[in-house]
Parts: sequence; C-alpha cells; structure tokens
Amino acid sequence: MKLTIPEIELMTPGHLACQGCGATLAMRYTLKALGRKTMLFIPACCWSVLDGPFPYSSLEVPIFHTAFETAASVASGARAGLDILGDKETNVVSWAGDGGTFDIGIQALSGAAERNDNIIYICYDNEAYMNTGIQRSSATPRLSWTTTTPAKHPKVTPKKDMVGIMAAHRIPYTATASIAYPEDLIRKMNKAKNIEGTKFMHIFAPCPTGWRSPPEICVKLARLAVQTKAFPLYEIENGLEYTISKKPKGTPVIEYLKLQGRFRHLTEEDVESIQDAVDREWEILLRKAEATKGFVKSGDS
Amino acid sequence: MQKVIMGNHALSYGAVVSRAQVIPAYPITPQTEVVSLLSELCADKVLDAKFVKVESEHSAMAAAIGASAVGARTFTATSAQGLALMHEMIHWAVGARLPVVLGNINRAMGPPWTIWTEQNDSLSQRDTGVLQFYCESIQEILDTVIQAFKVSETIYLPSMIVLDAFVLSHTSENCDIPDVKLVDKYLPPYKLRYKMDWRDPHAFGGLTSPDWYYELRYKIELAMEQAREEIRKADLQFKKMFGRSYGLVEPYRCEDAELLIVSSSTIAGTARLAVDELREQGKKVGLLRIRVFRPFPCDEVRTILKTAEKVCVIDRNISFGHSGIFFQEVKSSMYNSQSHPPIFGFIAGLGGRDVTPDVIKEIVEYTEKHEKAEDKIWIGVKR
Repeated sequence: MKLTIPEIELMTPGHLACQGCGATLAMRYTLKALGRKTMLFIPACCWSVLDGPFPYSSLEVPIFHTAFETAASVASGARAGLDILGDKETNVVSWAGDGGTFDIGIQALSGAAERNDNIIYICYDNEAYMNTGIQRSSATPRLSWTTTTPAKHPKVTPKKDMVGIMAAHRIPYTATASIAYPEDLIRKMNKAKNIEGTKFMHIFAPCPTGWRSPPEICVKLARLAVQTKAFPLYEIENGLEYTISKKPKGTPVIEYLKLQGRFRHLTEEDVESIQDAVDREWEILLRKAEATKGFVKSGDS
Repeated sequence: MQKVIMGNHALSYGAVVSRAQVIPAYPITPQTEVVSLLSELCADKVLDAKFVKVESEHSAMAAAIGASAVGARTFTATSAQGLALMHEMIHWAVGARLPVVLGNINRAMGPPWTIWTEQNDSLSQRDTGVLQFYCESIQEILDTVIQAFKVSETIYLPSMIVLDAFVLSHTSENCDIPDVKLVDKYLPPYKLRYKMDWRDPHAFGGLTSPDWYYELRYKIELAMEQAREEIRKADLQFKKMFGRSYGLVEPYRCEDAELLIVSSSTIAGTARLAVDELREQGKKVGLLRIRVFRPFPCDEVRTILKTAEKVCVIDRNISFGHSGIFFQEVKSSMYNSQSHPPIFGFIAGLGGRDVTPDVIKEIVEYTEKHEKAEDKIWIGVKR
C-alpha cells in the first residue's frame, strides 16, 4: 500500500507521553511536513515535558524551551536573529498548547501576527491545561468537565474562536487541522511553510487522559470531532477567504460526546444545546466560505 | 567622533558601535529616545539591525532571548514598570546563559504614577543573576555598553546598564563616539558556544531534576565570580584602546579620607563636588562610587573602607522592611573583614527628589555628629 505522507521520521521513541496522546501525532506529522530545517520554540505545555527530561530529547530538530506566555515573542526574536544572520530558510516554529495560545500567550501571538513576523505558530489543542492536571482554558468547550469546572459548575462560556481572532489580524494563512486527517494536516503545513508572514495552525489533538476516554480511541475521537462538525477543517487566506477542507455528511454530536468522560454529566437538554451551537457555527462557516469565494484572487484584500 | 548627546542616546550609540543585530523594544518614558534613535538609525541603514517593535517589555526580553539563542547580538532598553514586566524573562536570560545587553533608565515604580528617578526598579532585579553597571556620566554609558557586550559574551550572562531618569538620561554632555572599526578590534563578533541550529539539534532548557539543576546554578555563580576579573580585563583593555577606564568602583580622594561617602550614579557625581567643597574646609572626606553592583565588588569595598573612621552610604532606593540596598551590601561586605568602621545608611532622592551638594553636606554633618551608626536615616522628609 502506497504511503501518502512523507516517510521521514524526526520524532524518535523514548518520549514521555501518556498512552494515546494526540499531541505526539500532531508533532510527528508536522515535522514530516516541515523537515529538518526547523527549530521549535516551546512554552510551558505537555510538550515541555514529554520531549524528555534533560539530558534527553526525542526530536531531531532543535528545541528552545521558553516561558509560558512567550511562544510567539521568542520566535519573533529568533526570526529576526536568523534573518539578520542571512538565514531566511530555517522554519521558525512556535509549538504551544491551547493554554499558552488562547490565554496567557495571546498577547505575544497577537503582536507577532500584527507585525506579520515570518513564523509558523502551531497550537496543538487538547482543550484544557493538561500538563498541570486538566484545568480549564478558554479553549475548553462549553459544558466540559475539568478540575476547575466541575460538573456542578461547568464551563458556561463557549470555546474561544481563536482562528477567527487570528483571521482578524489578516495574516496570510490560518488553518485548522486534525490528527485524524494526516494528509490534510501535512498539505496545510507544506502550504504554510512556503508562505512569508505569520501562519497560524490550529491542530485538534485529543487527550484521552484529560477527556476521560480510553487511550485507544484517541484518533477515533479526533475523527468524530470533524465528522460531527464539532471541529471543522478549513483554511483562511489573508484573513478573508474561507475554504472548507471537508464537508462531512452529518453525524450527531452525541456520537462524539458519549465517548468522553468529561461530558458524562450532560443532560439531554445540554446535548441539544451543543448540537444547536455546532449546527449554527457550521452554517456560519458555510456562508462565510460562500460569501468570500474568490476574495483574495480578486484583490479585495 | 565628538558629539554633544543626551544620556539616552549614549545607550543608542553604544549599541550602534557594538554592532547590535537585533533590537526588540517597547517605549516607556524616559527611555523612548533610546529606541527612537535606534529605529531611525536602523531605517537609515547606519546600523544593520532588525528593530522588532514588540507589543510589551515582556515580549521585548523574550524576543531578545530568541535572537540571542540563534546567534545574534541583542540589545534592548526599558525602565521601571517595563523592567518589572521583564523580570521573569531576565531570570530566563540568565538561566539560558544568553549575553543580552539591556539599558535601564532608573525610574521610580508606580503607583502613584511617576517618571522621576529612583533605583528600586533595577535593584529589584538584584538576585536574578544579571550583571549591573551604574553610570555617572554620558561617556561612561556609551563605553559601558561596549564593555558589557564584551564581558557578557565571555561569561554568558546578560548585563544591565543603569542610568538615572532625567538627571542623566535627559541631560547632554560632550561625548566621544568611538570609531566602529576600532570597536570591532575590541569586540569580536558574537559567538555562541551552543546555539539553536538545525545542523546540530539540541533541546535547550528542558526539564531538569535536582540531580542536575544545582550544578547549573553553581555554574552561574562561577560565571559571576569570573565576571569580576573579566570586567577588570575589559576595562584595562578599553583604557589601552580608547583611553578611558572606570573599574568596578571609582574612589575619589579616599587615600587619606577619614569619612567616606559611598554612593552610585548621579548622586555620586554630585558628591564629588561636595567632597571638593568639604576638603576646602579642611575636612578629610572621600567618595567611593560603586559602579558595578552585580557582581558586588566586595574586595574593593573592603580595601577602601579599611582605613575609614566613618562611612555614610547614600541610597536612592529602599528595601522596604529593612534599609537602603547599597547600604546593606556594603555593610555585609565589611562584616567578615578585619576593620569595622561605623556605617551609616541614608535614604535620599526617592521619586526624583533632588539631591544637591547641600544635601550631601547635611549627610556628612550628621555622620560626623553621631557616634553610633544608624541603619536608616531619611533625608528631607516633610513632616
């Protein structure tokens, strides 16, 4: 059977991830696309730890571990440094979790995006502060259990639309991706690495440990999220033109939710409200894609 | 080239002749002239550098760290609230062993809002491991930027060059801006021993257990100890090539002094005048200016204070709940030494309150009149 993704492996065995960790697949596929001429700037997140303790590293690219809120700012500085030294080729990549992107790191990210610094910012999203023990982030979906949003006091605010925020900066390329769709992820990474300016990639990377699911269904969860439209796959050029990557037939969101312990407390009304929200967001996305078709080519940007 | 420039611009020109390559910076009064001149010089291609207009001081230091980690010489500047915001990342630059050079305009911390001079902002960085140089003159600022790059890039710790808000940042003096080709001979290109490079991939700063972390801290302290010698060497070589030197401390008329004033920055400059006036009155007064605060020049302080009968330290800062910070450091340096002159601690000039030669004389007079040393005497508090 023909392999449809690059063969190169830049991630080696020996990392410290939990069984069934989605973040490892996110990294593995990303590095296949970006290749060896890549450096990663990693703030506090699961990958700070799972890469391996000193003196080990499980990646064959350089990693600079940095403070929580600085994934984008340290990368901006590195890009400036490489550029002045004559290296415009090496991929400068911020690799951060949802906490370090949606919450504490959003200022630095907004700054880099506004400057259109030539970096690839990749957020692998497991929808909570997993490294510190499953606390809620603004990426946590509405009504999800976490240790700081217990079932009796669930998160009532919706998941922050980080992709929308990045699109508002009018950066050249913004995209969502999923570990269950490696070819799509790699295609988008390849596209990103050949664009000059700030690129924001939002990778859906389930965490069975934090979501209270069996580890062996990690990829299945990621696939269901796309198939139920809970996590749509799409791209935005210049913050204006929307292109949907996959148009699923339509699986009810309950098929996705029922496999996760973090949603175990949901009532029927809760599930209905989640389905309504998913349907509404999907409808908006469809209309955006329709309304902005050809925007970028026609020079309206 | 001779030019009349303001203190802030001495930082800018220091960065220019040191061939800084990446300058990430955020504006704050009274630092703004440092970075706006650098921005102009980058745009005019006088300086071949990338000016990164970051969106906060925390990001400025983070970007400086990123640039330095890939092998670019990096400079930034800030003040007060901005320095406080950088604090976490100053720790980071130290731990990452990166030779970033930072200019800080000493400005009092808010609230309430203030823009005038005080040293609490820089002294709050005391324990981070950043080297600290306190400047008295505009020439010294420029020269210290060059020396700091040389020292930092030898021992792999960041340096902070400190100057008083307005009193020094916004006053102008004639200054020699050295020829960049001569500076090239003094300051070779930045070579990072281990840098971020895809050809030789490593993980920097990963999780480190107690089995290893302790030795890394030990190595930072070894670097600080080495810094004393490197600062001396750099200063000596600077004298040979540029004709100027400053030392870790600058004694003035201390040899036969009975009463020693110890201070820093522009208060030391004013004290120089007071010393001359007091000497004319027949008083045997001397001044010890402390230039390098970290690493603290214990040996020099012990040697010079050895023969004094009384010492008064003037702090334009205070560690709340204790006393002036230079005072504490001087006092603790003397504890294990052979001689123990009474050391008086004076607080003056906080929030930019003017410290005139008369204030210095008032301090000297108080010290003369009292037998027993006091830890904390506030000068000029309105009651």
